[in-house]
Amino acid sequence: MKFLKLLALTSVFGFSAAAANAATLDDVKAKGFVQCGVSQGLIGFSNPDDKNNWTGLDVDFCKAVAAAVLGDATKVKYSPLSAKERFTALQSGAIDVLSRNSTWTMSRDTSLGLSFVGVTYYDGQGFMVPTKLGIKSAKELNGASVCTQTGTTTELNLADYFKANKMEYKIVAFEKNEEVLKAYQEGRCDVFTTDQSGLYAEVLKFANPADHMVLPEIISKEPLGPVVRQGDAQWFNIVKWTYYATLNAEELGVTSANVDDMKKSANPEIQRLLSVAVKNPDGTDADNDFGKGLGLGPDWAYNIVKQVGNYSEIFDRNLAQLKIARGKNALWSAGGLQYAPPIR
Amino acid sequence: MSLSYVRTIDAPKLPAPTTTAGTWAKLRERFAPTPLSGLGTLVIAVFLAWAIWSIFQWAIIDAVWTAPDREPCNAPGAGACWPFVQAKALQWVYGFYPIELRWRPNIVFLLGGLSLAGLLIPKIPFKGWNALFFFLAFPIIAYVLLTGGRFGLEEVGTEQWGGLLVTLIVAITGIVASLPLGILLALGRRSKMPVVRTLCTGFIEIVRGVPLITVLFMASVMFPLFMPPGINPDKLLKALVGVGLFSAAYMAEVVRGGLQAIPKGQYEASMAVGLSYWRMMLLVVMPQALKVVIPGIVNSFISLFKDTSLVSIIGIFDLFNIVQSGFNDAKWASAQTGNTGYFALALIYWVFCFSMSRYSQFIERRLNTSYTR
Repeated sequence: MKFLKLLALTSVFGFSAAAANAATLDDVKAKGFVQCGVSQGLIGFSNPDDKNNWTGLDVDFCKAVAAAVLGDATKVKYSPLSAKERFTALQSGAIDVLSRNSTWTMSRDTSLGLSFVGVTYYDGQGFMVPTKLGIKSAKELNGASVCTQTGTTTELNLADYFKANKMEYKIVAFEKNEEVLKAYQEGRCDVFTTDQSGLYAEVLKFANPADHMVLPEIISKEPLGPVVRQGDAQWFNIVKWTYYATLNAEELGVTSANVDDMKKSANPEIQRLLSVAVKNPDGTDADNDFGKGLGLGPDWAYNIVKQVGNYSEIFDRNLAQLKIARGKNALWSAGGLQYAPPIR
Repeated sequence: MSLSYVRTIDAPKLPAPTTTAGTWAKLRERFAPTPLSGLGTLVIAVFLAWAIWSIFQWAIIDAVWTAPDREPCNAPGAGACWPFVQAKALQWVYGFYPIELRWRPNIVFLLGGLSLAGLLIPKIPFKGWNALFFFLAFPIIAYVLLTGGRFGLEEVGTEQWGGLLVTLIVAITGIVASLPLGILLALGRRSKMPVVRTLCTGFIEIVRGVPLITVLFMASVMFPLFMPPGINPDKLLKALVGVGLFSAAYMAEVVRGGLQAIPKGQYEASMAVGLSYWRMMLLVVMPQALKVVIPGIVNSFISLFKDTSLVSIIGIFDLFNIVQSGFNDAKWASAQTGNTGYFALALIYWVFCFSMSRYSQFIERRLNTSYTR
């Protein structure tokens, strides 16, 4: 019993000590690179290519942080982490930011000593059906047999959805994702369900991708976003506003291609985003340097957009090849959920 | 007088009965001595032919040999996707080691390969110097070359190592560390000193009682939580220590098996001629004991080599993990990519394990001096 108490104490000490390790910004500047935790391989989110370069939405976010903090998007070191290691790696200070398709949930946000920064990708459980069934909506799935993984939230969400819509279904569950895929491809069930981004990624591995389609409905909330350690407000702000900067840039039409021209724009919002020095109407200098508040240089957002791009560029570069539509990830002004507070 | 019952002319030489001589009879005796086993042979032959033909068709005839990306591999009816292997081959060997610095692992491979060959091939002289080099100088050279950060070499963190390089590092470190540690543990377990015996037995039983995955998880997930912040030993180092200690515990039991097989008389005779404990072990007991357990030792080595793939669980990109991560490269993800990758992976592991097994048989025959005639 005493031993257990000691163990608990040590681990609490471990957590708090790690959390107290503040001033990540200074660490990063001293090291000269951002240590970023990413997934070990998830199509469209983080993946090494033939030439050892990491690519993907999560990876581009790491690059954006490096561009903002160090002015160089290539100054990132990647730690490929398994799902089980990821939060410990952040707690123990082995990485500076975790950008690894992690779902934002209350328990993770409140009890791990970590803070979710925002939602860089709104994912959710979706359905895939063979096109030959002629089904256009999940509402038409009454009586369908559904392939899924056992023991995941997918199974529970499925039950909720069919019950709420008063539909009958038959579940065909397997232990491993590969088995589920195989069963679906062999026609042992009518529908394959998992996270929608996963559906789009898996279809690449199908022998006949054209014969399958993803239904538009999303039946659960899987908000994926970057995570930082709790207790370092400055670093939290930097990572958060890196994300907002990509959104604001998209909203204002600033892209990596036109960002240099945009510096001459007369639009005050763009001037504030890119920290362009201008005079107020009364002749005084307008304070457009919002990098100061983050402890960064005035070029912080310029570097993000110039070197990595705005949100839509990042999205298209990584997810368009999977034929994933913007959907919920469109800007708020286009009917989506991506919304950034203004820079002013 | 003639003895009519003695035959004076040789009996005519009859050909051997067709049922026991000749190719046909031999074949028949081997493959179909009874109708039932004949049927069995037929079934197995048909199955083998079918299996081999399917693999041949998939791997050679229907295979895609050149392709810029996934599209040709994803065409209906396409077989193995060899361009994927070609595109990823160097990554499989070096992992994420910077491309322009690959000469450094190359030198390590070359030095290691040469000195290992020098140790393993009996005809090559200077075994002593070679062993000294391989066990003392080579690890230091390899460490300095691979990590860099000294002598003007650019530093390369272990998180960038991967592929076959890491698999070999883990396997060879495990093998080299486990034998001496295992011998010491085995001796300790048979020792008459209670403290030593208890410690060794305790270590062996605890380590043997948990799966390797647990050891690796403890090392990578739990260990950092108990350390003061800032002290975070390298992930690969933690895996190496874990694998080394783990295999040492298994090796100890293999060696103990050998020690038990040596008759008590050998011990008593050594003591009678006045040998000290260590000399008795070194000169009399160990040479006999280790010879007996060569198959067991090599068995441990082979299983250790394959167990290295478990380090992929803690996010180290060993050969297995790096091959798998390639499946999720949007440029190559296709219906056949996974199959091709696993097929190639199986071949690579098989080549290594089969060579180890053949070499151990060779050594056994060479050392087989007193157990068979």
